[in-house]
Amino acid sequence: MSFVRDTYLPAAPPPPPSVGALGWVGQNLFSSPGNGLLTLLGLFILWLGVPPFIEWTLLNAVWRGTGREACLVEGAGACWAFVAAKLGQFVYGRYTFEERWRVDLVFFIGALTVALLMWERLPKRYYLALFGVLVYPILAFILLTGGVFGLPVVETSLWGGLLLTFVVAAVGITVSLPLGIFLALGRRSQLPVLRLLSVVYIEVWRGVPLITVLFMASVMLPLFLPPGVNFDKLLRVLIGVTLFSAAYMAEVVRGGLQAIPRGQYEAASALGLGFWKANLLIVMPQALRMVIPSIVNTFIGLFKDTTLVMIVGLFDFLGSIQVNFSDATWAAPQTAATGYVFAALIFWIICFSMSRYSVRVERRLNEGTRRE
Amino acid sequence: MRKLLFMAPMAIYVALMTAANATTLDDIKKKGFVQCGVSQGLKGFSSPDDKGDWTGIDVDLCRAVAAAIFGDPGKVKFTPLSAKERFTALQSGEIDVLSRNTTWALSRDTALGFDFRGVTYYDGQAFMVRKSSGVKSAKDLDGATVCVLMGTSTSLTLADYFRSNNMKYEPITFEKDDEVVAAYESGRCDTYTTDSSGLYANRLTLKDPGEHMILPEIISKEPLGAVVRHGDNQWGDIVSWSLYAMINAEELKIDSKNAAGMRESDNPEIRRLLGTEGKFGEGMGLSDDWAFNIISTVGNYSEIFDRNVGKGSPLGIPRGLNALWNQGGIQYAPPIR
Repeated sequence: MSFVRDTYLPAAPPPPPSVGALGWVGQNLFSSPGNGLLTLLGLFILWLGVPPFIEWTLLNAVWRGTGREACLVEGAGACWAFVAAKLGQFVYGRYTFEERWRVDLVFFIGALTVALLMWERLPKRYYLALFGVLVYPILAFILLTGGVFGLPVVETSLWGGLLLTFVVAAVGITVSLPLGIFLALGRRSQLPVLRLLSVVYIEVWRGVPLITVLFMASVMLPLFLPPGVNFDKLLRVLIGVTLFSAAYMAEVVRGGLQAIPRGQYEAASALGLGFWKANLLIVMPQALRMVIPSIVNTFIGLFKDTTLVMIVGLFDFLGSIQVNFSDATWAAPQTAATGYVFAALIFWIICFSMSRYSVRVERRLNEGTRRE
Repeated sequence: MRKLLFMAPMAIYVALMTAANATTLDDIKKKGFVQCGVSQGLKGFSSPDDKGDWTGIDVDLCRAVAAAIFGDPGKVKFTPLSAKERFTALQSGEIDVLSRNTTWALSRDTALGFDFRGVTYYDGQAFMVRKSSGVKSAKDLDGATVCVLMGTSTSLTLADYFRSNNMKYEPITFEKDDEVVAAYESGRCDTYTTDSSGLYANRLTLKDPGEHMILPEIISKEPLGAVVRHGDNQWGDIVSWSLYAMINAEELKIDSKNAAGMRESDNPEIRRLLGTEGKFGEGMGLSDDWAFNIISTVGNYSEIFDRNVGKGSPLGIPRGLNALWNQGGIQYAPPIR
């Protein structure tokens, strides 16, 4: 029976065009004439855009200088010297110079809390979360405004830059979420008055642009108040932003609630849970988990919307960059472009981190239901 | 017009409410600082320096008022205001004085219920062109495309000027200053028009400022000055005389450096201005060395002009109309006596 083969042939290596770097390129970039053409086009566009951008931002950029003369050189790229000279204002606005350590401290504690919260094996994480939600805002408020414990008062009209952006975004985000949850529950309530009020609130606030809200808060409101009664401009803006984003949040949460099958409610009732307990223990945990991407979407939108406070005379991060374009000491062709590129970079870093963080949270919460 | 109809009753209401209160000066002395409305950044007029402190000619006027009242130019707080907010901020009492490159015009002085207190800077609308275009006068601009800012009186003046001279033009409007400049630089329009101080300021951000020139024609009158609410004349007097003190000081050749020595001068005009002779502060509720405090800390008019917009600043705007009356300009202050 010698014609029956009793050993396998050694496996031959795959043919050259399908392995290695060349194989990968062949399969992924040039799999058909059409795709090959698109690849070439893409490379061409990159070649057109990327080298000049790198040249402008890095190679030809001016890094050092004390005024416009430094950035006036022939063929000069980005004027980073401008950003370096004004960085303090971009971060703190016009916050009193000697008191800036307080802002640093607030930033540091905030960053530390977030970083520790991300460490999932930390014992007693629950207390840390409570600290972040309950104690930290009060601590930050005391540190930033001052007036107690011998800290000099720093008026909110001096706040600006990244500090202001963070304050507006953080307050907007943390207050609008619970407010939005209540509004969403209100809109689905069986009580007609409560439902009507929630619907009216949501539709009114969602129907007006944020700019209008801010403008009303800062320009119209003072006219209706008796002269001399001026409540803080930042506070007016915070209230406006929060009420506005709560309406959006309510609809996001309602989307989650809609997705919960009736059976869940009925099961909760069958277990003898009342309205609050059923929502707190059964419905909300499922509903919120489902809408995390939308919630984060709203947060990121809100974070970028904070730049609108500029129109009411508060200088947030972007605003404090723009107002410095008017400093004649730094008036040069590339100043404005540099400022905007810097703003875009910082905004991107912050928004991207938020998005990555949400992906992490989602993955962890969906551990049980993940489909591989 | 609709805006006026809406604003006028508001202004009356505010005026009535403030009349019942103490005077502005009393309020300011009580709170310890002057609240001054400035722009949200305009080169030479109000802009933050590297430390974040406000500088500019509008800002210096407010510092002068603070110096007149407190003897300290630092006792002033600034509220940056957009063009839309500025009048309500003044009406509602959020600010004491508005020094925000605001043009003195009849409707604002009367129907809005404000008082303009002197002219800090005589501005006017002008045109900038490329030197290579060969245009030497605004009269050569027939058929030109013009870059202009949206929704300001600039575009109205522009339309009037071209119509009254029987010329055609094509406007291209923009929302922001940066955009207008970028469009002009890229050659989308033949000429760029705004107030001449703005042209000088924005010329600095062009790639080659020397390639561009500002045409000699000034097609509008834009007297920029400080504004206060109707009804409190003492406060208005303090604002206007703070400016007049600086102009008089320039005329009498008193500046921040020689002010102290000049107090002993024999010239009665100088002695009256610096408070060595007479009691001229009293009438305004100020100390008699009010003007000395302004001049020694903030400077005289030529000092604030030069360091903010004139030859001592990157803008390098010639004095022109803003020169003293006896030097070819029209800056003229009533005498102190």
